[in-house]
Amino acid sequence: MRHLLSTKDLSRDEAVAILDIAEDMAGVADREVKKLPALRGKTVVNLFFEDSTRTRVSFEVAAKRLSADVINFSAKGSSVSKGESLKDTAQTLAAMGADAVVIRHSASGAPRVLADSGWIDAGIVNAGDGTHEHPTQALLDAFTIRRRLHGPDARGKALDGVTVTIVGDILHSRVARSNVWLLTTLGATVSLVAPATLLPVSTAGWPVGVSYDLDAAIDAGPDVVMMLRIQAERMNAAFFPNAREYSRQWGLDDERAARLPAASIVMHPGPMNRGLEISANAADSPQSTVLEQVANGVSIRMAVLYHLMSGSDA
Amino acid sequence: MTARQVLQQADIARALTRISHEILESNRGSEGLVLLGIPTRGVLLARRLGAILEDVPVGSIDVTMYRDDLAKNPTRAPSPTDIPAGGIDGKTVILVDDVLYSGRTIRAALDALSDLGRPRAVRLAVLVDRGHRELPIRADFVGKNLPSSADERINVRLSEIDDSEEVTIL
Repeated sequence: MRHLLSTKDLSRDEAVAILDIAEDMAGVADREVKKLPALRGKTVVNLFFEDSTRTRVSFEVAAKRLSADVINFSAKGSSVSKGESLKDTAQTLAAMGADAVVIRHSASGAPRVLADSGWIDAGIVNAGDGTHEHPTQALLDAFTIRRRLHGPDARGKALDGVTVTIVGDILHSRVARSNVWLLTTLGATVSLVAPATLLPVSTAGWPVGVSYDLDAAIDAGPDVVMMLRIQAERMNAAFFPNAREYSRQWGLDDERAARLPAASIVMHPGPMNRGLEISANAADSPQSTVLEQVANGVSIRMAVLYHLMSGSDA
Repeated sequence: MTARQVLQQADIARALTRISHEILESNRGSEGLVLLGIPTRGVLLARRLGAILEDVPVGSIDVTMYRDDLAKNPTRAPSPTDIPAGGIDGKTVILVDDVLYSGRTIRAALDALSDLGRPRAVRLAVLVDRGHRELPIRADFVGKNLPSSADERINVRLSEIDDSEEVTIL
């Protein structure tokens, strides 16, 4: 594997292999020396054209734990704000000898362009492109689910038979798209719940069930409920009347959270809008995996960087 | 060309019993000993030595991330590292592997160890020493010295994960 652009490209075996590597990487956080020498002398460039805290920091920590050199590059305060094109930026980074580029861009497909263009001979990791995909988020979600379900025996296992309900703004969510492909590949059954206005025009060809009623979905007792963030920056049309109405119909409030089976887990990719898509109690309950997801993000990104950058095929 | 058997099941068992006695002799008892196997078969051998020595903690140490040939081979999947609860600080660590060859795996294991703590001493036990060292490393406890040419293959099979139990040379 040379690039990680989409979870659609991942085979079941590849996905399980990455989750297993992440399982080994997770142990590094508990050690005295929180570093492995695997990527010594390699350079990872974090190329962020869109704001991000947790993803960028997570990738930075992951690369540093593997002893790679990390260069952070954000569009603000760089030549991009002077009008430099993606091509020129990529060629500049190539000239500086980047071995991998972690890219976040507001345009769907930007990482693919970078990977296919020949402008730069580095491994490309998609860290979120427009409303397309966010593969490492889906991998860390799958990792979190697997760890909650199987505990220490998780190695080698997939997610066969697990039911996952993804709730909220599917239309704009790259997290939802990446999760749909990955979780299905791993054997889980995915259903989407959203207001009709926040679903893509067509979900034909998606291996999912679609419904509009969160209460019915909760009463079905899914193993996992994944709440998506209402992205204020993308709410550029009248998708729902107002926040209170959204919250009443599609938010995970205390009453709905209480109706979930005790073994179900509640996930959120962060940052959360408490009181909008998820109530504070639901977010802080023992069923919530929000903080685990952040911690697991580092392990998964270490696994992805190791997978892409070590080895003669890299 | 067919594989020639150089150790059979009973030989392996005898070698491990002897190694365990040598470990106890050199350490003057089992005080402060920790056995760490190098995946995959080193871990199995460490467990067997642990069963003979009884009250010695057994763990595993993965060296994948510390190898010097990561860039020359296809990506290797790491194995779990499992350090016994008492840790390795101040302990006498016995590294256990199946075959000692170039010495590079042991070099990687020594680096990995130093990231995990500071043992009082590190010793090396191997089932087979086949020579051809590329680094100044030697084993303290050897099951069998097996002079070989570099183009021969030494295969260690253990009943826990293989369908037979033997050491062969091809």
